[in-house]
Amino acid sequence: MTLRGTCRQIDDVAIVDFSGKITLGEGSATLRQTVRELVGAGQRKILLNLGDVDYIDSSGIGELVGAYTTVRSASGELKLMQLTKRVKDLIQITRLFTVFDVQSDEAAAIVSFRAK
Amino acid sequence: MAATNQRLEVTLDTQLESVDLAENIVTRVAQEAGFGEDDLHKLGMAVREGVINAYNYGNCQDKRKKIHLAVELEPETMVVHIVDEGCGFELSEVEDPLTEENLLRTSGRGIFLMRAFMDDLAVRRGPTGGADLVMIKKLPHPVSGNGHS
Repeated sequence: MTLRGTCRQIDDVAIVDFSGKITLGEGSATLRQTVRELVGAGQRKILLNLGDVDYIDSSGIGELVGAYTTVRSASGELKLMQLTKRVKDLIQITRLFTVFDVQSDEAAAIVSFRAK
Repeated sequence: MAATNQRLEVTLDTQLESVDLAENIVTRVAQEAGFGEDDLHKLGMAVREGVINAYNYGNCQDKRKKIHLAVELEPETMVVHIVDEGCGFELSEVEDPLTEENLLRTSGRGIFLMRAFMDDLAVRRGPTGGADLVMIKKLPHPVSGNGHS
């Protein structure tokens, strides 16, 4: 299953609901393109909902890191939400929990953007 | 492949589709060997990373080169070889992706993940001088005796 992303907006937070796999090739490219388009459109608070992403490989992890640096370079914030157990484990063993702000649910994530 | 000491060899093209194909082949063999869902995921992901490594860095996406996959079932282990036709490399040359300076790199985590998900990982020199990634996973239910295929 390839990656699909649906964008929606709550206040000034752009939320992308992803489903599928973030792996080498199409999945990674979809993530990269989606985040770049949001940043290009002026979005500075981006929340990636990975609740329906069941598989990420090293290319996908690299793409998430790339998305993070793209948003940070534009003085924005990128957060992750609703990680599946496997994705959470992957973020932990790669020590990226020290990089990403991972939120358990949408309400908490929205509040965390406002807190800044 | 229920018996021990069996070997399956597949030659793959240097293309993106080979990554999924290799993962599917190895997880099917592993399933028959009795691995559970969690180990199947880890094995599949390690193989995936190995073939990505061969595709990107070993064969440099050169479609004229091949990726050679072999799966062996030994009495106590499953051994996977992924051989490319590149120049080879040493594990000691691979940077640690967990260090502070490497955390924000967008690549360089494949070898780390292979090591994390398998019981052992070695890199040897393949027959054409490329890398021979040798990944070993202990079987969940080792087969006693010296069964021949």
